[in-house]
Order: sequence, then C-alpha cells, then structure tokens
Amino acid sequence: MANRTIVASAPHIHGSLSTTKLMSDVIIALIPALAVSVYVYGWGVLAVTAVSIGCCVLFEALIQKFLVRGKQTITNLSAVVTGLLLAMNMPANIPLWIVAVGALIAIGVAKMPFGGLGKNPFNPAIVARIFLLIAYPVQMTSFALPSTEGFVDAYSGATPLAAIKGAMYSGNVGELVANFDILGMFAGNMAGSFGEVATLALLLGFAYLLVRRVITWHIPVSIFVTVAAFAAIYGAVSFDDPHLVSNFTLFHLLSGGVVLGAVFMATDYVTSPMTTKGMVIYGVGIGLLTMIIRLWGSYPEGMSFAILIMNSVVPLINKYVKPRRFGSKR
Amino acid sequence: MNTLIFTVVTLCVVGVVAALILYFVAQKFKVEEDPRIDDVEKMLPGANCGGCGYPGCRGLACALVEQEDISSLYCSVGGADCMKAVADYLGKAAPVKEPQVATVRCGGTCEKRPRTTTYAGTHSCAIAHSLYTGETNCAYGCLGYGDCVEACAFDAIHINPETGLAEVDADKCTACGACVAACPKGIIELRKRWPKNRAIYVSCVSKDKGPATMKACKAGCIGCGKCLKVCEFGAITIENNLAFIDSTKCRLCRKCVAECPTGAIKMIGLAPLPPKEKPTTETK
Amino acid sequence: MKTFPIGGVHPSDNKKWSKAKAIETMELPDVVMIPLAQHIGAPATAVVAKGDTVKVGEKIAEATGFMSANIHAPISGTVTAVDMQPNGQGLRQMMITIKREGDEWAEGIDLSTDLVKECNLSSAEIIARIKEAGIVGMGGATFPTHVKLSIPEGKRAEILIINGVECEPYLTSDYRTMLERGEELLVGTSILMKAVSVEKAVIGVENNKPDAIKHLKELAKGYNGIEVKALKTMYPQGGEKQLIAAVTGREVPAPPALPIDVGAVVCNASTAVAVYEAVQKNKPLVQRVVTVTGKSIKDTKNLLTRFGTPVSALIEKCGGLPEGDNRVLNGGPMMGRPMSNLQSPVMKGCSGITVLSGAEALRGEPSACIKCAKCVEACPMGLEPYLLAKQAKKKAWEAMEKNDIVSCIECGCCQFTCPANIALLDYVRLGKQTVMGIIRARNAKK
Repeated sequence: MANRTIVASAPHIHGSLSTTKLMSDVIIALIPALAVSVYVYGWGVLAVTAVSIGCCVLFEALIQKFLVRGKQTITNLSAVVTGLLLAMNMPANIPLWIVAVGALIAIGVAKMPFGGLGKNPFNPAIVARIFLLIAYPVQMTSFALPSTEGFVDAYSGATPLAAIKGAMYSGNVGELVANFDILGMFAGNMAGSFGEVATLALLLGFAYLLVRRVITWHIPVSIFVTVAAFAAIYGAVSFDDPHLVSNFTLFHLLSGGVVLGAVFMATDYVTSPMTTKGMVIYGVGIGLLTMIIRLWGSYPEGMSFAILIMNSVVPLINKYVKPRRFGSKR
Repeated sequence: MNTLIFTVVTLCVVGVVAALILYFVAQKFKVEEDPRIDDVEKMLPGANCGGCGYPGCRGLACALVEQEDISSLYCSVGGADCMKAVADYLGKAAPVKEPQVATVRCGGTCEKRPRTTTYAGTHSCAIAHSLYTGETNCAYGCLGYGDCVEACAFDAIHINPETGLAEVDADKCTACGACVAACPKGIIELRKRWPKNRAIYVSCVSKDKGPATMKACKAGCIGCGKCLKVCEFGAITIENNLAFIDSTKCRLCRKCVAECPTGAIKMIGLAPLPPKEKPTTETK
Repeated sequence: MKTFPIGGVHPSDNKKWSKAKAIETMELPDVVMIPLAQHIGAPATAVVAKGDTVKVGEKIAEATGFMSANIHAPISGTVTAVDMQPNGQGLRQMMITIKREGDEWAEGIDLSTDLVKECNLSSAEIIARIKEAGIVGMGGATFPTHVKLSIPEGKRAEILIINGVECEPYLTSDYRTMLERGEELLVGTSILMKAVSVEKAVIGVENNKPDAIKHLKELAKGYNGIEVKALKTMYPQGGEKQLIAAVTGREVPAPPALPIDVGAVVCNASTAVAVYEAVQKNKPLVQRVVTVTGKSIKDTKNLLTRFGTPVSALIEKCGGLPEGDNRVLNGGPMMGRPMSNLQSPVMKGCSGITVLSGAEALRGEPSACIKCAKCVEACPMGLEPYLLAKQAKKKAWEAMEKNDIVSCIECGCCQFTCPANIALLDYVRLGKQTVMGIIRARNAKK
C-alpha cells in the first residue's frame, strides 16, 4: 500500500495567509517609525526595543513551556509585535528594568493567563503601558528631548499635550496653540514616547498595512475623523480665529499617541471588533474617549485609556453588530 | 463627630430601604414549589448528564415528584438503590430497570481491519462520517476519533491507541447513553449488565454481505448463521447479514462464541467453553 | 466590471494546466455502473433488470416523482446487476451495472453534428423534452433542470442567466465547451429563453477567460436578446446567488427564497449545450466533459466521458496517479468532494477530477484563532464563520440557526482565507447539516 488516498473535506487548497505572515507585516510596517525614532533620539531607542522584544518573547516561551505546557507559540511572532509596540509606547531614556517589568505585565498578566494569543480581552501592550504609567509615573513621563547625537542626554521635556494641559489650567491656551510647530510634529520633532512622534513614518506604515490588506481602513480612519471633528468643534467654540481652530485640530491629530494608537494599537486583531460596522463604532468610541480624557480628564493623553475601555466593549459589539447578510436590505 | 453620625445614619437608612425592597420583591415573585423537589434532587447523583432524558437532575426530580406513575423514569447513574430511596421517600412504586452497560460493537482493530485511505480532516467522528464512510473498507465500523469520549461525563470510554477502537470502562460506565447518542455509526449499545461485568455480544454492526465484510475486516460478522443454530434461548437473530444477541434473553452459555468462525462474537470475563469432544460426558 | 457585492476570495485558478487542451473523447469503458441517485431529490427507479439488453440513450431508470430525473444507458450492452455498490465516498448506493457490447444507439437520436437552429416547440414541450432527457444542473449542484424551468404559479421570470463563470479553480470543462460548442450553447440558450418565456438572457463569463468572452460575443450577434457579460474574476462567482447579484444587482433573500423570487433563472453553460442536444437532436444526457487536472497529472485533459466510466480510468488515461499519497477530488479544489473509492463512476455533476499530491494533499496545522475577521470579510453570504464554527463545536444549534447558518453555501472562502488554518467549514458544514435536519423535523411536525 504505497499509494494511499487522502481524504479531507473541501476546500482543498489554502490561501497564502498565515498568522506569522500577518505579524511580520505589522513588524515591517513599524520599522520606518522605529528608524525615525533612532534618528531623533539616538541609539537608546534600540536598547529599549531590544529589551522589550527580548523579554516579551522570553516570557511567552517560558510560560508556554513551564505553565501552559503546550506547543511553543513564539514562532507566530505575536510576542515580537507586543514587545515592539510596548517599546514604542515608552520614553527613549527609560530605565531598562522598567521595560522588563512592562514586558512581564504584557505577557504574564494581560496575555498568557487568558489562554495566549487570540484569547486576551485587552491589548497586552496597552495594559503594560498603563500599568507602567501608573506605577512609574515619573520615569514614564520624563521624555527625552529630540537629540541627534548618540545617546540621549538627561534633559527631559514636556510633551505638547502636557504643555497644553498646563496651559488650560493657567488660561493661555490661545497663545500656545498659535505657536505650535505643526510641520515639525509631523516629521517627529516633539517630545513623547519614542514610537509615537514620527507621524509621517507611522502613516507610511499604515499605507503598507492597507496595501498588504493586513488591516482595513475602518478603525484608524474613524478614530482620525472623530478626533478631528471633536477638536474642530471644541476649537470653534473656544477660539475666534479660524487659524487657531485648524491649528488646534491638527495639533490633536498629530500629538500624543493618536496615530500610533489608531493604526497599530487599536487595530490589534484580537481586541478589535469582527465586522466593519463594529469597527467604525469602536473607532468612534476611541476617538470620543480620547478627546474627553484629553480635554477634561486629569491625564494629558487619553489614547491608551480610550483603547483599553473600548477593548472591553468589543465582545458586546461583536454580539450585537452583525455584518449585512447577503439578500437583506442594504 | 457630626460626619460620623451622618455616615452611620445614612448607611442604616440605605440598608433598611434596600431590605424592604428585597422583601417585597421576594414576596411578589415568590414561586410556590414543592419542597420535595429539592429533597429528591439531593438524593439524585447530581451528575447532570442528561441520561434520563431530562435537562439535569433537577428536571428529573421535578418529574419524579409531579408524575403519579414513575415507572418510566429512571436514573441509570444512581441505579436501583437510588431509585428505591427516592420512591420510598415519595411513597410511590420504585421503577425497576435492569442495570446496563455501554458496549462498543466493533472489533475492527488496526490489525484486523486495514486502513485503505487516510483521513486528514478535523478529528471528529461526526465530521468524518458526514464526509465518507471512513478510513477502512468497512462502512459501519468505529472511526476512532472519539466523539463518544468527548460525550462521556464519567470518563468511562476511551480510544485505545493500539486498536484504534473505543473501549468502555465498565466499572465507571453509568449507562447514561451519552455515547450511544454521540456515535454517528450507531455502534454503541446499552446492554444488560451481568455480575462481574461478564458479557457476550456480537462485536460488529456491518450489514454488508459476507464476502464484502470479510474483505474489509477479519473480525466482522458475516451473517453465516452458525450461532443462531446453537442458541437454545432464542437470543440470537440475523438480519441484513448481521447477527444480534438480545442481551435480555442471553444466558451466557458461550456456545455461540465457540461457533463463530470470525471471532466476531466477543466474550468478557468468561472462560471459553472446554473443547468439543466432551458431549458424551455432558449427557450423563 | 461587475462582481458580487460581499466577500469573495482570489485563489490562483491554475486553469493554465488544462485550458489549452481541446476536448477529447474518452474510450468507451467495458463495464459501467450507473448510480440511481445522480441528482438532488429522490433517486430514480430502475426500469431494467438483470439480463436486459440496452442501447445507448435508452431509459434505464425513471424519475421518482417531480423532484427527480431520468437516467439513460450511456453504453449499449447487457445489464448484469442492479444492486448496492459503493460510491465515491464508499457509501453503498443502488447502481445499475451494464456490460458493454459495441456502441449501438437507440433509434430516433440524431447523431449528426449539423447545427439545428430552428425550434418551433412550445414552452411546455421543451420542458417535457428536457425532463425526458434527464438533464440536471451540470455545474455540480445537479438540480433537475425541468424543475428549475417550471416557473411556479404567480411568479414570473424576467431574465435567463447562463453560468459560464467556472469560478472553481483548475477546472476548464465549461471553458472548453464554450469555446468549442459556442453555437450549440447559444441555440440552447435561446431554447431555454423560450422555455421560461423571457426576452433577455445574459451569459456571464469571468474575465480570466477573455477568448471565451470574445468568441461568444462574436457568435451572440446572430441571436436576439442574448448578451455576453464579462465579470470581474472572484470566487465564488459561479454560486447561483452570487452570479445573479453580479449580473442583475439583485440579491436573492435568505432561504427559503429562490432565484425566481428576483425573476432570475440560472443554468450552467454545459447544461445549455445538453438542452440543445436534448431538444434539437433528441439526445438524452449520457455523457459530459470532465477535466482531469492537477499539478502532478502528467497529461491533463478535457475528456468527453460517458457516465459510469470509472474515475480511475480517466486518471489512467491522463498518465495515472503519481507515487505517494494523493487527494483525489470529484470536482475542483474549492468545493470538490474527496473520493476514497476511485472505482466509482463519473456522474452527471462531475465537472472535473482534481488530483492533489504530496504536501498539497495535506492540511496545514491549525493554530489559535486570532480574531482577524478575515473569514467575516471573505464570506460571500455576510455570515460570521468564526462564530458559527465556535457554536458548532459547542453544539449550540439554536444559536447557529439565529445566526443564519442556513444561508451558508459551503463555498469554503472562510477556511481558504483563515491565517490560523482552522477547519472552519468542517464545523460550519456539520452545523448546517444538523440545523437543516432540525428544521426539517420541525416542519414535518407541523
């Protein structure tokens, strides 16, 4: 019996997609932003990234081997993506041990206890970031100022969002808004977590993900539109000068983690809705919450909180928002 | 001080109001239920296996309390003792049922029933069965993907990796019937349970004609009828080229086992009959 | 260019292996086995017995009731058995075995190749002839054509759609038929238009077959009301509902609604040719074009094959099975049925034999669902395969019914696209079968 017939039901061929391929596409899409960060902040960025990715992969491998005792899952590269995103959510000059703690939270608390990839209700990188933000507020918000010479120096500066938060309390917002260097922010010339500053490079990554059909446009675009609309309305109420309104709107789109969050964090497959309609609802929710936290909350930045809150709504969205069935009304 | 008093008073008021609301709601939505249902439920094994046909043990408890005649209700997990206790408590006649055990009627081991194709699909009998007749040439035999194992709540049935067949652990089996319902090939039967789990049964369900069965499996029943001729109790019937031993009529005399040319009639917990040259001594 | 509105995938079509091969006639087999169930509906009833002699085209089994189809002898000879035989999946089915003696056709069948354009029959007469000839949908669904053409009371057909899409990868039998028998196809189409009393017919062809589109467009100039429409290539465009949506923009509502509810009647291109032969030449359905293809098949072919020819004979004719493990399919790689018994016969719905060998015969190892939503995106019916599969695993049949499982067309897009290699359709199909069973039982009770 050399020849045996193999029997399995249709379909008998499979497309070229695989989890590993999707994850490596996300990594590729993040490389331009990483490169810009290295250029802006120096080599420290790479150290943080390496520690973050290394720890995430190591923790997942160890947990899988000794606690779950299942097949090794690190080859699907999801731990690498988590590590990379976590790193990009940190200041470039953060102590490396904090990075390792973050990785432990991401993998050991937010991902593996739920059953690993695909079962975690919250985005692991976001959970870790928020944990670190609350546990180590000083280190997490001591942002290095952009520098192009080797390792970053110890100077730290306020992010544009922290600056505007301060200005809101002191009442000179208009002056600040008028002087924003929008173009500089676009290119990456601002203080912040090192992954979120290079807006142009992040948008390049977005385009790559769209072309490779890794994600659809629904989540990022609905976040952008909501943030822009909210900022524009708020600006129109606050300022008389249309130049200020447009500056204020652009500022909110480009500052903080809006682009990084919308393109790479909110679109995390596991924690985002399954239908396009659901994705739009989710994106609008994130945009609204972000702006509410930014304008009225005590934290200067609300992107990660907004994503975390909307993550918790995803099961509900999946339950009630169904795709349009073929043959039903459009 | 004022703050303290205010806090305490507020808490007390909230507590009293909540208690009142709870009390009236509980009164309003109170469901009158026979207290015996709870008692009967406690007497039942609590496996919630559904083997009785009711959704969980409480379902059966309700039925036992409500129905006048409970002879058609039976919990095979609890067995006769449990049913007697329940019947005594309720003052009704205890339902009687012979104890049973699940029996896998396929002897087509890897060795006796060669594989001719390889199934590469999802590891599930139901899915494989809806696709084709299986990896061997026998269209009736055990597929071995373990739908019965998954269905069993008592860890009493397993796939033997050596034979590729499902095997029942008679000591653990409660005859709830979950595996019988799960098997898409209808191989598993609930049969009368003899002391020490002794059993004689036809370990084959192939309805193919003799030659086709023989070609597919060396352990299959070919419907030759030899067993039928030796059975003194009318326990054996042959239909569609397949012998069947009625476990309620069989007396474990073992004559059929000795006659079966393919070994399709299986015997558990019994020694084979002594060789045949003895009839002279037996008649005396 | 148009296509259907929701979902779809792009498998590599690999039609290149057999598209240039002109239709060849397969040698007549010495023995054929003709199953009585070659169509959807009740199996036919045998009208011959062991020992009878039959000629090609002679009726050997009669339709059992309305939803059934006649079966004719594909070779001349003696009936040697009417008994249960294993089909392609090993299941015992009633089959008529005929031993061949020569090749003598029944009287009254026009075997000439001259084109007969004129048809003066009424709608009812045409349908009667189609019924007599035992024609069923030859795209694979095998729905009796006379049933499809009998428009129910109160409904009206507005458009006839001829399915020349052949979206199933690898297969080229419809493509070769359109190229080589274009005239017959068009006459068949006009006859079908007459049968359902419509003024307009559209032949839908995917744009990966530009020569077929060009050829048919050229020929269609000589026929009234027939339009050839190029469609954007997308699997599963050959699905009846998808094709109607692509051609007319109308969507057939969820079952039990039928295409006729949006005024459309769909017939396969090969079926239209069979209709031509039945009505104009009085020739019943006894053969069809079968593509034998696969990466490892030495000499792929499009073979005009008499029904009942063993599948193994076709594969032998094309160079045989390669060494090692093979997956042999009755149909194409997306929807074809796998076969365990290669001695089983070619039937009316068999548009191709696809062979997958070695690594391509095996499935990839499944991993955890990452909820990427690719299956939802790919589903042409707007269902949620990930959810349905999960519910089927949990045996949550009621929940599956609420999630419209009965709309599933089992096209396989979800499983094809799943990056985690999960056998979504295995579970979804099991759920669909179970839920359909539950619904049938419920309807029977009423």
